[in-house]
Amino acid sequence: MSRNLIIGAGLSVLFICLAALSFIWTPYDIEALDIPNKLQAPGGANLLGTDHFGRDILSMIMMGARTSIAVALVAVGIGMALGIPLGLLAAARHGSLLDELIMRGNDLVFAFPSLVIAILITAVFGASAVNAIIAIGIFNVPVFARLTRGAALPLWERDFILAARVCGKSAARISVEHILPNITNLMIVQGTIQFSLGILAEAALSYIGLGAQPPTASWGRMLADAQTLVSIAPHTALVPGFAILLMVLGLNLLGDGLRDWLDPRIRVARV
Amino acid sequence: MSILQISDLSLRIGPVDILHDVDLSMNHGQIVAITGESGSGKSITALSVMGLLPRGAVAEGQIMLDGADVLQTSEPDLCQMRGNTMGMVFQEPMTALNPVQTIGAQVAETILIHEDTTRAEAHARASEMLERVGLKVAPTRYPHELSGGQRQRVVIAMAIALRPKLLIADEPTTALDVTTQARILDLLQGLVREFDMGLLLITHDLAVVSDVADQIVVMQKGRVVESGQTQDLLVNMQHPYTKALFEASSHKVQLPARADAPPLLTVDQVARDYPLPRKALLGPRPNFRALDDVSFEIGHGERVGLVGESGCGKSTLTRAILGLEDVQEGRISLDGAPVFAGKQPNLAVRRKMQVVFQDPYSSFNPRHRVDRLITEPFHLLDNPPLGKARDVAIAKALQDVGLSPGDARKFIHEFSGGQRQRIAIARALIIEPELIIFDEAVSALDVSVRAQVLDLIADLCRKRPLAYLFISHDLSVVRSVTDRVMVMQAGRIVEQGKTEHVFTTPQHPYTRDLIVAAPQLPELPHALDPV
Amino acid sequence: MIRYALGRLTSLIISLFVASLVIFAVIEVIPGDPAAFMLGVNAQPDTIAALRAEMGLDQSVITRYFGWVTGLLQGDFGQSWTYKTPVAELISDRIWVSLPLAIYALILSTLIAFPAGIFAASRRGGPGDVTIMGATQLGVAIPNFWFAMILVLIFAINLRWFSAGGFPGWDNPLQALKSLTLPAIALALPQAAILARVMRSSLLDMLGEDFIRTARAKGLTRRQALWRHAVRNALIPVLTIIGLQFSFLLAGGIIIEQVFFLPGLGRLIFQSISARDLIVVESVVMLLVFTVIIVNFAVDLAYAAVDPRLRAKA
Repeated sequence: MSRNLIIGAGLSVLFICLAALSFIWTPYDIEALDIPNKLQAPGGANLLGTDHFGRDILSMIMMGARTSIAVALVAVGIGMALGIPLGLLAAARHGSLLDELIMRGNDLVFAFPSLVIAILITAVFGASAVNAIIAIGIFNVPVFARLTRGAALPLWERDFILAARVCGKSAARISVEHILPNITNLMIVQGTIQFSLGILAEAALSYIGLGAQPPTASWGRMLADAQTLVSIAPHTALVPGFAILLMVLGLNLLGDGLRDWLDPRIRVARV
Repeated sequence: MSILQISDLSLRIGPVDILHDVDLSMNHGQIVAITGESGSGKSITALSVMGLLPRGAVAEGQIMLDGADVLQTSEPDLCQMRGNTMGMVFQEPMTALNPVQTIGAQVAETILIHEDTTRAEAHARASEMLERVGLKVAPTRYPHELSGGQRQRVVIAMAIALRPKLLIADEPTTALDVTTQARILDLLQGLVREFDMGLLLITHDLAVVSDVADQIVVMQKGRVVESGQTQDLLVNMQHPYTKALFEASSHKVQLPARADAPPLLTVDQVARDYPLPRKALLGPRPNFRALDDVSFEIGHGERVGLVGESGCGKSTLTRAILGLEDVQEGRISLDGAPVFAGKQPNLAVRRKMQVVFQDPYSSFNPRHRVDRLITEPFHLLDNPPLGKARDVAIAKALQDVGLSPGDARKFIHEFSGGQRQRIAIARALIIEPELIIFDEAVSALDVSVRAQVLDLIADLCRKRPLAYLFISHDLSVVRSVTDRVMVMQAGRIVEQGKTEHVFTTPQHPYTRDLIVAAPQLPELPHALDPV
Repeated sequence: MIRYALGRLTSLIISLFVASLVIFAVIEVIPGDPAAFMLGVNAQPDTIAALRAEMGLDQSVITRYFGWVTGLLQGDFGQSWTYKTPVAELISDRIWVSLPLAIYALILSTLIAFPAGIFAASRRGGPGDVTIMGATQLGVAIPNFWFAMILVLIFAINLRWFSAGGFPGWDNPLQALKSLTLPAIALALPQAAILARVMRSSLLDMLGEDFIRTARAKGLTRRQALWRHAVRNALIPVLTIIGLQFSFLLAGGIIIEQVFFLPGLGRLIFQSISARDLIVVESVVMLLVFTVIIVNFAVDLAYAAVDPRLRAKA
């Protein structure tokens, strides 16, 4: 096990534990305002200080971790659940009209960055965390579809697939029995990377107000609130920023570590 | 005086010993062949001479080339020598050239790197050199527009552009067809004479070695086990490994006799077209005819060979017979029933045939265990054996091919190439098919392993009547394991008949070309001792 | 080559067509009555009727779609409901902030990533490689808008080298560029980190290819083989990423504009979302998507310039 894997897994587990802990306990109630106690520097009664309403920043980070992880996890789930079958299908029908349609469809979605999708959805349905999930999720679909197809195509050229076809197995059965197990490692590694990108995207969407709405805590909105305070109370901007940075760094290191551990030849896509 | 003198060359990569005390000496105008099976260290010896060792390799000893010791020469000086004093040609012409540069520019680069000359002058000399190696296409072409043989000529032109004293060729013809191989070997021999250079030829093919080399060096596991003048060595081999190698290369298997039997597989006037990209934007799509009016039969228990060069339609025919792709014209039937039945494969027909592929490394799903791998054909049975019966069937299939029942729970990466081909045969035999297609099934194996697998096939024929179609580019192998042979060229079967008959009195000019081009092991003067 | 370009052009036109359909459907069909939606629940029936007439909602969906597309092709993006001015004017004022910002960032990102990636690949495993890879690991993980805030804190508030935000207009190009510099750096560095990683791994793939060994056998030094043979081949996957990154820079710019109070498309789109001015949102989104598709088309043409194998294929 590499150093990457240990540090990455450590950071990821830390944030997941913080998020899980927030369901049963946080140091303070984040909905209770305490204006006299506002903008406290870290280190006092509030370990990471307080914001402009006097709310405990550590508690908000814990609740925000929950939002970030939930949004990113579901979005990656959507991307995998739709993208992997599409990619398998395109590879199984390589060169057909269906393959062409799937790939062109993917290209088209790539022309809509998740921010643009979020803008469209928000303009019509209003802002919410669900928007963020859908917007990031839609964008993940072509990522997984392309990656799956790209990894499956060379496998389809291998003799063991031909042997399976000689044994009368259908394309669907071959995809599940022979292709899928051979791309699992790649999907795990890419899934970790997409998870980290999902955290970043969620933060960006909440920062500009297209993601989770109050009173749901989110790291991106904590930063938006901190923007005008950054010169008087830098910790209000530094703490959530470092939370995002460490969580994303942890997931990326975990992805790299998993790759080295599972199969160093894996090539991940990072967009 | 000698141009290359290797003395006591030993080499380690990390903790692994690769070469031990290798000695070799060669003169101007001489062709020296290093031969041996995979892992013998022949390629790494060649790379040592070029000073192109992989990272972490530590070499000791001496490699005297043109008065300098390569192992003691600094990297900048080595760069001066490469391409100038010594040139190298590699095995894989398809990937040896930069895809985004013209071939002329790549040849001219050798000249520009080493000599202070103008670009125009270098390009002119590159064109001359390309002509000298017999390339008849413009130097402004890109590599992807050329065939394998043409690309190998470009690589040769690059290596000899500055008339080096030593040319190293690492399996230069292994990836090429037999007729192309003959022409490239001719070219190399001609260049050696014309430039009076030394040629260090690395090859596993003993027939090539005996054909062209003045001197032979046999390597095994990083050691030179025997070396000598070709003529002397062929008549007077000393080392048991050398003898075993030559015995395996000319190995003849004993096929049991077979009685005439009714036809099993009937291929009747089959044609298969593939659409090509349109020539004009809206013009009609031209077709490439991969199979053209192909007709033949294989009787029950008959062993038939199919020879032909790459692109002749062998793979297309295999897929059509296996019922994986439909054909445009004609009929393929097995015991009277058509092999292709639309989207739903006809299991009753499919279960009568199986296939063994060339590459033992890509033939198996690396994620499955041997028992699951070899029972895959059970999918074709209506009532596949389960539980105890399945275990018995697996054990029997493994024992039939010389493996142990205990291998069933292992993964494929735990086996060597030869063992994998045995497992592939076990997979093919487990449902006792009537017909097996061996698609270049022994081509990727070392000669000694190949001989064992061929013996295994003959053994299986003795146990029960087995019909097979043996596809190979290697004429000598086909000759020894088939009753009848077909020769295929550009999608057509140009000749078929009894194997011995076709080989001794070929009728079609293409068959004659193939037989002439195939390098022959000389008849060895005395019976070799069995090892 | 011409066939290749024509093929890509066809797929460009199809992409634009489908993209416009999607955007039109989301904005004008899904809400049911866009006019009522834009005016909110408290609107008077006669104002709704007026807006309906202005938007042409009494016509069929198909007529409206073609009307919209024909308008777009002629540079007529419709009339903004909240600003009461043509959308084309609103956009043309703001695009001269957003587009230069994206291009500025793309240039910066490429200028940083190429040397860094090539340097790291040529010194694989050495201290330089380890340092660069560590830095890119951080760069990939950093949220660009937070990075922008940190830049403001350091260079605008503490050091006072730049202003903390705002845009003086293009009358004074140097001042304009200066005010776009911090935003461009904030956008570019995280993207440069990704690009440098791709460049490095693509180069390392190429350095393992047979033709590099051939080049070394000709007498090229490691460095010569890298520059003359590996770099150009390594560009092919790198170009793909550059094309994709442009869309991220454009979209990311919308966020960064918020940090620096830049009057770009981002500001316009957020004001329009809160004012429920669907006509503006529709046009700006179409414009963004259009730019991305055009850039990808340009990348496809660049492939063909780099790779002769593509020129031959349709």
